[in-house]
Amino acid sequence: MSLTLQDVEHIALLARLELTDEEKKQYQQQLSDILDHVAKLQELDTAGISPTSRILSARSYLREDITAQGLTTQKSLENAPSVESDQFKVPPVLE
Amino acid sequence: MISNDALNVQSSLSRLNSGEMSSVELTEIFLKRIEEHEPRVHAFITATPDLARKMAEEADQKRADYRKLEKKIPPLLGLPIAVKDVLCVDGVRATCGSKILEDFKPPFNATAVQKLIDAGVVILGKTNTDEFAMGSSTENSAYGVTHNPWDLESVPGGSSGGSAAAVAASFAPAALGTDTGGSVRQPASFCGVSGIKPTYGRVSRYGLIAYGSSLDSAGVIARSIADIETLFRLMAGFDEKDATSVDKPIPEKACVADMSIKGMRIGVPEEYFIDGIQLEVEQKVRAAIAEFESMGAEVQPVSLPHTEYALPVYYLIAPAEASANLARYDGVRFGLRATDDDMLRMFTQSRGAGFGQEVKRRIMLGTYALSAGYYDAYYGQAQKVRTLIKRDFDRAFASVDAIAAPVAPTTAFKIGGHGDDPLAMYLEDVFTLPANLAGIPALAFPVGFDSEGLPVGMQLMGGHFHEQLLLQLGHAYQQETDYHMQFPAL
Repeated sequence: MSLTLQDVEHIALLARLELTDEEKKQYQQQLSDILDHVAKLQELDTAGISPTSRILSARSYLREDITAQGLTTQKSLENAPSVESDQFKVPPVLE
Repeated sequence: MISNDALNVQSSLSRLNSGEMSSVELTEIFLKRIEEHEPRVHAFITATPDLARKMAEEADQKRADYRKLEKKIPPLLGLPIAVKDVLCVDGVRATCGSKILEDFKPPFNATAVQKLIDAGVVILGKTNTDEFAMGSSTENSAYGVTHNPWDLESVPGGSSGGSAAAVAASFAPAALGTDTGGSVRQPASFCGVSGIKPTYGRVSRYGLIAYGSSLDSAGVIARSIADIETLFRLMAGFDEKDATSVDKPIPEKACVADMSIKGMRIGVPEEYFIDGIQLEVEQKVRAAIAEFESMGAEVQPVSLPHTEYALPVYYLIAPAEASANLARYDGVRFGLRATDDDMLRMFTQSRGAGFGQEVKRRIMLGTYALSAGYYDAYYGQAQKVRTLIKRDFDRAFASVDAIAAPVAPTTAFKIGGHGDDPLAMYLEDVFTLPANLAGIPALAFPVGFDSEGLPVGMQLMGGHFHEQLLLQLGHAYQQETDYHMQFPAL
């Protein structure tokens, strides 16, 4: 499996990662090598095998619906890079 | 003057409980030890001496108050420990070894940490880790490399390398780690200490900053297995803040001196004694297995035929889960924001600047494996093969109680030894990944030294929720041997 530079750029955009030209070249090679290695899984016939997405059987726990004190607004905002009027402030989404 | 080496969990607690030593005195001994040797070991990202002193004073006060009121003293009251920097401690910055969280101060405690605080522990600091626990050497940290106390030019293993080095260097009698693909066991092995990766779900993941959510587990590193049990018992249990945690009581104490392991069945999988394994590692592990046999255990071969597929399965599933989990680092609510220019650039530049090489590599790999057109071939197939790996263990545990194997193919390697080759680093995890994929518990402990004087570790894996059985076996071994009581000369 060999990835093109365009593949790498496409994945980086999906992952919202800005990469330098050097990183792109490096990842093109390294990701191709890793994908070659994991291609080993194709050897196995897994027809009829169900996937494991969780290890222990699913059980949903429900608790009583009781109000309790959660994090305060102030605590929730303490780590925010930018705050205005008790809200997370971000650049405009719509022009 | 008491040597730090003598201050393990059991002996520290007995000194505290007998009144021979206060928590303040005990804590000062560890802080002094850290001050003296930390510059060469670098086990911590954030040491918290002020917090430790405050907690120790409170512990001593509490002990006095409780005595007066004849109330039951909390089991770990006044015991200092270290915590891996991916587990949240309220108000203490949690970096995960990443620049993207350089200033992040969690507003709550991880449940595993909270339970130990409720039991009375004092926190000495947050230990170094590969960034977001992605690595096997603690070299991938934005806060510098941790050095192995047995050889300062070698890595301590990873990703819980800071915690393992802290215990090996007697900076702390015990430390918390996390294990997603071997991150408690492999550093414990490299540093000559003991470590447990519990059954998936046995210890709450709330406040364990997520890497691979179907694989992550919080564990303990300490000198002896009896020490591990003391902490582990208190950490386990259902937590309504983690829906995957399990409500299953911990049976009676396993680490009891006179408990026999006679007739317990230990399986030895030949798939774990492969070409390329360091000869001395194989020899020491086989010698330990022979020791178990001489102690009355029945040793028999077992087969785990899909072992060789664990590495490719892991390196699809873990990055896929990581790519989703790490989407939260977007510069909006916490963490680094590189620019306020526009929304897309805020995302891409914050993440590009904040994440290190290995994290970016795994996010890229995971994003690709989950992307349209490739999902079935990569992620879907990996999840099916995960089922086959799990079935191997189910079949083996029908005939044996535990499975014995090396922790890693080699002893600690030199810092920089794997250069820039991610695949060479991934191979370090080849023996530890299967337990995470199957969600089973595994216990690592030292079984000797190689000719360079570096520790060799072995692991025992057990069926789901059979931690007690592993602890019992490991403890019996440590009653007969003293590898866990060897100390590096710093």
